[in-house]
Amino acid sequence: MTHSKITRRRIWTIAATIIILVGVFIILIPLFWMLTTSLKTYAEAESMAWLPRKPQWNNYFTALRAINFWRALGNTLLITFLAMTGHVFSCALVAYGFARLRFPFRDPLFVILLATMMIPAQVTMIPIFIEFRALGWVDTFYPLTVPAFLGGSAFFIFLLRQFFMTIPTELDDAARIDGCSHFGIFFKIILPLSKPALLTVALFSFMGNWNDFMGPLIYLNSPEKKTLALALQDFNSLYAVQPHLMMAASLVIMLPCLAIFFFAQRYFIKGMVITGVKG
Amino acid sequence: MNLGARKREALSGYFAISPWLIGFLAFIIGPILASLFLSFMKWDIITPPAFVGGGNYKRLIEDPLLYQCLKVTFIYTVFAIPLNLGFGLLVAILMNQGVKGINIFRTIFYMPAILSGVAVAILWQKIFNPHFGVLNPILKLLHIMPVLELVSSPVTWLYSEFWALPSFIIMNLWAVGGAMIIYLAALQGIPTHLFESADIDGASVWSKFRHITLPMLSPVILFNLIMGVIGSFQVFTSSYIMTGGGPNNATLFYVLNLYRQAFQYHRMGYGCALAWVLFIIIIVFTLLILKSSSAWVYYAGARRGK
Repeated sequence: MTHSKITRRRIWTIAATIIILVGVFIILIPLFWMLTTSLKTYAEAESMAWLPRKPQWNNYFTALRAINFWRALGNTLLITFLAMTGHVFSCALVAYGFARLRFPFRDPLFVILLATMMIPAQVTMIPIFIEFRALGWVDTFYPLTVPAFLGGSAFFIFLLRQFFMTIPTELDDAARIDGCSHFGIFFKIILPLSKPALLTVALFSFMGNWNDFMGPLIYLNSPEKKTLALALQDFNSLYAVQPHLMMAASLVIMLPCLAIFFFAQRYFIKGMVITGVKG
Repeated sequence: MNLGARKREALSGYFAISPWLIGFLAFIIGPILASLFLSFMKWDIITPPAFVGGGNYKRLIEDPLLYQCLKVTFIYTVFAIPLNLGFGLLVAILMNQGVKGINIFRTIFYMPAILSGVAVAILWQKIFNPHFGVLNPILKLLHIMPVLELVSSPVTWLYSEFWALPSFIIMNLWAVGGAMIIYLAALQGIPTHLFESADIDGASVWSKFRHITLPMLSPVILFNLIMGVIGSFQVFTSSYIMTGGGPNNATLFYVLNLYRQAFQYHRMGYGCALAWVLFIIIIVFTLLILKSSSAWVYYAGARRGK
């Protein structure tokens, strides 16, 4: 009886593996096609040849020149890193307040913070645009970076607060006896012990801003201020029928996200799990 | 002395959360109230705003574009979210069957979920292209094409009024790994003794799934469901880039309509009315799902953190 059970178990595992392999294959087709198309000649891309006869690395130079790559990259990096810095520091400070300090109305305020996670950005998009326009910030990077320094994302605050709660409070007590202030504890104990969670927030923030399209679309007009996402969209509306060039440019812009994902996968998974499973 | 320490702690607390408090006032509660106020105004952002009372809402009710974008968004939600949740669960369960190399498979499945934005939209726009895209040749190779042609011909995806919206649903399935990763973590958190005692009782695979796995996963399903619904009401970049809402408004998602009214036609007041309707729809849906959840979500009494 146990013997047949083990056989059945093995058949089950093999069946599962086969289905997963099919799934893996399907998932990879778009990326594989993207890579091969980016190396085709125009004629090969048009005639749907499966593989390029000779890889056209030149496509990459042509495509990147066409989207004014270096300037757009500079703009994107500036926005992305400013916003990332803002997110990490402001969200960590706010999360510390909610996780460790006692003050009147703390819990109702935290419930409000959680509720704001449900409000889509599009609901407040128009008044915020009017606000920034009144400040004269349209066509500057401020609308895309300043909010990150002001708590920025309820999701990040929640994620960090959940992490801070797992740090034993005995450490705070010991530091307090040694004469450490609340913010001394934050800088000397909480932050150093939370590097994985802070990195998770930094990576999520990077990905979000790197890929953001609506923000730059609304706020940035001048060509020299365009981000990669905007430049790519402009290029697509002009060269939509040049799939090989479009795929080359798109792949370059996806590449940092893919690289970060492969090197720091566990931080993404941790972030998803902290908020999804334990929340 | 004790009182002083407490006061100091409270002050530090307010200082710590002050960035969020300022952000909350400036970017959430202020704008929400402002948009309610503006939704009763007519404003093209150049000439001064004029009070029109319920005019924007009256126009909204009469606007065929509102019904079109609601229809598109609802159909998309109704198909994309259950498919995504269902396939995510299926893949997670398959991965949890003692499959070797699970780490590599998990990485590959999860990868599309972290990719987003313009580059992904352009990739799929080209994949669906009937002239040079890769999808149609594959469907022909697998003899699926004739079946699809029976449903609606020609199968030109983003160029077809019938197939354009299904294209977005297919694209959404590519990112099934996002839901999978959360299910997988939850699956691995189910105490094995539950399955062991079920085995001793001679429970079948199905009844173990039905009576252990599903109830234990139900809080996570609820989380994925709410996040999925909120996300599907926010589809913008892909529709802006891949179809621009076409053909014939077949993929005019709600937020694309909102963006156009406000930022292309400069109808700020009307845009705010649209935003408020979106806000109310999302609140109603979230509350309905949460309310229904008491019937199907199981919270183990002694759920521990680790």
